Amino acid sequence: MEILKPAAAGTLESSDAQVTVEPGDGKIELSLSSSVMNQYGRQIRDTVLETLDRLGVTSAKVSVVDKGALDCTLKARVECAVFRSMDASDKNIPWGGAVR
Amino acid sequence: MKNYVGREIPDYLLVNGKEVYQGKNYMDGKYLQKASPKTRRYEKPQESKIVASLADALRHCGAKSGMTFSFHHHLRDGDFVVNMVMKAAIEELGLEDLTIAATSLGAAHDPIADYIEQGKVVGIQTSGIRGRMGEVVSAGKLKTPAIIRSHGGRPRAIEGGEVHIDIAFVAAPTSDCVGNCRGIGGKSNCGSMGYAMTDAKYADHVVVVTDCLVDFPNMPASVEAIDVDAVVVVDSIGNPKKIASAAARISQNPRDLMMAENVAKVIAATPYFKDGFSFQTGVGGPSLAANLFLEQYMDERGIKMGWAIGGICGPMVELLKKGKVGKVIDVQDFDLDAVNSIHQTPNHFEMSASQYANPANKGAFVNKLDFVVLAALEIDTGFNVNVLTGSDGVLRGAPGGHPDTAAGSKCCIIVTPLIRGRMATVCEHVVTVTTPGDCVDVLVTDYGIAVNPLRQDLIECLDNAGIHHVPIETLKEKAYSLVGRPDDLQWEDKVVAVLEARDGTILDVVRKIHPYTLD
Repeated sequence: MEILKPAAAGTLESSDAQVTVEPGDGKIELSLSSSVMNQYGRQIRDTVLETLDRLGVTSAKVSVVDKGALDCTLKARVECAVFRSMDASDKNIPWGGAVR
Repeated sequence: MKNYVGREIPDYLLVNGKEVYQGKNYMDGKYLQKASPKTRRYEKPQESKIVASLADALRHCGAKSGMTFSFHHHLRDGDFVVNMVMKAAIEELGLEDLTIAATSLGAAHDPIADYIEQGKVVGIQTSGIRGRMGEVVSAGKLKTPAIIRSHGGRPRAIEGGEVHIDIAFVAAPTSDCVGNCRGIGGKSNCGSMGYAMTDAKYADHVVVVTDCLVDFPNMPASVEAIDVDAVVVVDSIGNPKKIASAAARISQNPRDLMMAENVAKVIAATPYFKDGFSFQTGVGGPSLAANLFLEQYMDERGIKMGWAIGGICGPMVELLKKGKVGKVIDVQDFDLDAVNSIHQTPNHFEMSASQYANPANKGAFVNKLDFVVLAALEIDTGFNVNVLTGSDGVLRGAPGGHPDTAAGSKCCIIVTPLIRGRMATVCEHVVTVTTPGDCVDVLVTDYGIAVNPLRQDLIECLDNAGIHHVPIETLKEKAYSLVGRPDDLQWEDKVVAVLEARDGTILDVVRKIHPYTLD
């Protein structure tokens, strides 16, 4: 999937994460900050990258401001931001396929 | 050297008789040589001890570089006094190499972080350390490791001469012209002044800082004029809104209420729950809500609480006024209901920190305690509790009376949600041990109850009452299944804080946190 325009999903509430995606230049550039960085930084990064990979995103600038979100929340926010960036978030969402 | 709770304590800290933690009651029966202060004689009658400024008071007490100043934290996050005094000492008198020995420090004391960074404040001894001060100490900027003690450990250390206070500063809501202080009757009331009492008795010099001068004699005094060198009247000692919150309200959060109900169930299942039992609870959501459910069990069984101690807030005062608790003995007040009740409601008494929790005196109140209900930032499978360091290893809490009440009580119940955000509260190893597992009996979470295997008697009580419980490992695995297994924190060698067990042995150390990198 191709990121067409900047889009965001999520909030800065505790236990949530705010994910912003922008068109990239051929690679994934991830900037990550987290309230649980020292204990979960790597796991959060891996979850975000895996989710992008599953969605077929290979070029994007991605920013994640994590406030202690669980993995399921992180995945949902990344998916939503990506679909919004390509105006594909209103219908025909591939539940159970790319989104799981 | 590894201590009783498996923590590695560097040998260089084990000097001058310092030992590692050896388990509870290790010091029982040993003798303590008490220290005594060197105090000035005021033989010539004095009309008044009021001096014009804090700087004058400091000069009057012979303040010089290298001294230890003590403070108490009854004004909590509203306190102005610590910052005022340190500013006068450092910026007006030009003092340096100062040590702050406070009963606790909080976000109100952020400006002290600057003095630490400038090297003017070189030592911190406290129960609580938070905000910017916690950050700069964690970053290794304090010249000597901070020493963290419980509320009972502090008077022990003072009385035993491990902390020598050169000048104690008493933040007094009211004082007369010679230094008889009370926590009520002024404009910045805090109620009990229990933590200031030991300081005033063992300091070489005592300065009273007040914003409400009252007629002599201000009686009955919490800190007495016989121990006071000087009185300073300032515009304001603190922000009343932050000293005592509006009445502590009982949580409406269903998760808190469910846990509180289970706490009360556990209490009611033990043999200590009988007429005249004693009780302390924290002011956190589920701990405080336990009051509510406990009252129902008391009514059902037709029994009353004999006495309650601790930091006191509204719901306990309510029970006292309803005649459901015989006496409330109070070392600190958390809300206006409590502040307005102490010395006013019959049987609501004040006590000193030593009387409350000191393990080295001849019988503190905590030793007679049946139940204590406490919160935790983390608890591990050895039932060790952390209430000091965050999941990033930074100092942002306080042992307070936690280790003292846990050790003294017959049944110590920790109540905490299983996870907070992505943090597993029940974990394999807590970041810092602040209350050792041999003092903790029951854990109540929103996902189940666990009993310390050291307490087979309590396991039997719960079984007989049909209260389901699981091994604590089960709760830990449940937590990790929700949030994932955390990576271990990365530390540097440098010790930034030493955590003393209440008996003075070393329970744990906090090291400088290693900057985190993703790769």
